[in-house]
Amino acid sequence: MAANLIELKNISKSYDGTLILDDLNLTIKENEFLTLLGPSGCGKTTTLRLIGGFETPDRGQILFGGEDISSLPPYERKLNTVFQKYALFTHMSIAENIAFGLKISKKSKAYIDDKIKYALKLVNLDGYEHRSIDSLSGGQQQRIAIARAIVNEPKVLLLDEPLGALDLKLRQDMQYELIRLKNELGITFIYVTHDQEEALTMSDTIAVMNQGYIQQIGSPEDIYNEPCNAFVADFIGESNIIDGVMVHDKLVSFLCIEHECVDTGFGNNQPVDVVIRPEDLEIVAPCDGFMEGDITSVIFKGVHYEIEVLAHGYEWLIHTTQYFEQGSHVGLRVIPFNIQIMHKPESSDEKAVVLDE
Amino acid sequence: MSKRKRRLFAGPYMVWIIGFTVLPILMILYYAFTNADGSFTLSYLAGIGDPVHLKALLLSLRLAVECTVICLILSYPLAMILHGLNIKKQSFVVFIFVLPMWMNFMLRILAWQMLLANNGIINHLLNLLGLHSVRILNTPTAVVFGMVYDFLPFMILPIYNSMIRIRKDVIEAAKDLGANDRIVFFKIIVPMTMSGVISGITMVFVPALTSFVVSDLLGGGKVLLIGNVIEQSFMQGSEWNLGSGLSIVLMIFVIASMAFMNSHSKETEGTAVW
Repeated sequence: MAANLIELKNISKSYDGTLILDDLNLTIKENEFLTLLGPSGCGKTTTLRLIGGFETPDRGQILFGGEDISSLPPYERKLNTVFQKYALFTHMSIAENIAFGLKISKKSKAYIDDKIKYALKLVNLDGYEHRSIDSLSGGQQQRIAIARAIVNEPKVLLLDEPLGALDLKLRQDMQYELIRLKNELGITFIYVTHDQEEALTMSDTIAVMNQGYIQQIGSPEDIYNEPCNAFVADFIGESNIIDGVMVHDKLVSFLCIEHECVDTGFGNNQPVDVVIRPEDLEIVAPCDGFMEGDITSVIFKGVHYEIEVLAHGYEWLIHTTQYFEQGSHVGLRVIPFNIQIMHKPESSDEKAVVLDE
Repeated sequence: MSKRKRRLFAGPYMVWIIGFTVLPILMILYYAFTNADGSFTLSYLAGIGDPVHLKALLLSLRLAVECTVICLILSYPLAMILHGLNIKKQSFVVFIFVLPMWMNFMLRILAWQMLLANNGIINHLLNLLGLHSVRILNTPTAVVFGMVYDFLPFMILPIYNSMIRIRKDVIEAAKDLGANDRIVFFKIIVPMTMSGVISGITMVFVPALTSFVVSDLLGGGKVLLIGNVIEQSFMQGSEWNLGSGLSIVLMIFVIASMAFMNSHSKETEGTAVW
């Protein structure tokens, strides 16, 4: 098990009376690729800025290798940031941009020149030393921003939605670049994004945030397969989320039917959220399913069809590679293992759960 | 629309600039290089060598430099403070600073006359506080006062303009890379606002160098600037040739200073206002 590198302890932060983070605890291990994922306003960027030193917490501690750095200014912290809009120094050449941090730490000229070459090679922009910033595309500018940060050999690289301003294809390419970079450098990445696909692709660990709370933290597989509440289920991928009642262990009732499931320990007749992923639903003959309904829309998405079925008053979302005619009467089937049962929100913590259906 | 047709729209302006800029300059050139009977001479250009004229030119240069430096010292910190404010407060403060420009400039100078007079408001206040009166009016100091007051917005606006273009994340990036406040100031803020500073300096220095109304009103005829000398030779002595000769000399100084400033602003990025 890798050692803990950064620990946030009981961090609270508010702006103009609005609470952004409330009693946040987070541990980041050495060499981890941790992603803070959440909708805008969930506090993920604030968390990153607290680590970077651009904000100070109202309460709580930030430990870096066991030392309290909460009140250190950014220039005294051993980490570097890649900003969403690159934040390059437009009055300097590319080489000068990359050398900025090294010159401040008074490195020798030979060392700086070597580092510039190395960094440009690492981000696949060899020979760009003397170009001007304005001559670069968005993707290239972001690579320079990354190069500028990593030449300082930080122990941690903070990335604040670095791919947000790039187009889709470039974003996907850069995702793989970042994974490769992280493996070559062997340092910790803390990555902020609202893009769940980005988070799933790159991270070792994902912390899903909403309204200032960490809803769930775990590996991408855990988060996707075992979301702990309806918010996470809805935010990571698409989901059918239905109100239900746990009749007793391994039996759940929803939309006036009862269905077998595998969950236990919820008690008897407890209200719960029932979550079924669209790819786990099967379209079958009307009598073969657990409920019947009519197909209301069929949309081709490339890899699969996105089909909506109105059954028992609920609009079910189904992903399937098979084509079905709009308007046909069908049945829905799901295996008990793929039904996920979640507690209804109770605490203030989970009140943050907002579903946009 | 054809190119030729489009050019027609520039017609009124062409008439204006030819009639009121090009022709007068040609006339000044003519008068500067000829004497009363119309033959070629350089003696009027050499007129600047006259000790009185030379003194006036040097005083003009000195006061223009003083005025520019004071404007710069007042404007730069202000622009930095503005940069830190939210956008609503920013526009309000800028509004306050531009407000005097809406008043006639002669009126403003006349108001300074009242304020600075020996029995004016400022001396009244000083007396009330039990302090000695000061004699400011009719001294070079009064002229600098008036010029600073008049030209300050021309310094503030371009500097402010270039300052607000610096995004906050650029400054954060510098700090992130290890720059303390001093390095951020000298390596990021100053270079990134250079075009605004240069534009501001030009817009203050040139009018200050050529000004004569301010020195007339606040100098009380005792502060003789090169502008006053030129004005007098046209208006009082009817020495058009000498006035033109001195004008050409002054023009050379103006063009030289602008060329100097330009050579120091390689990349103006459109922040320059002139």
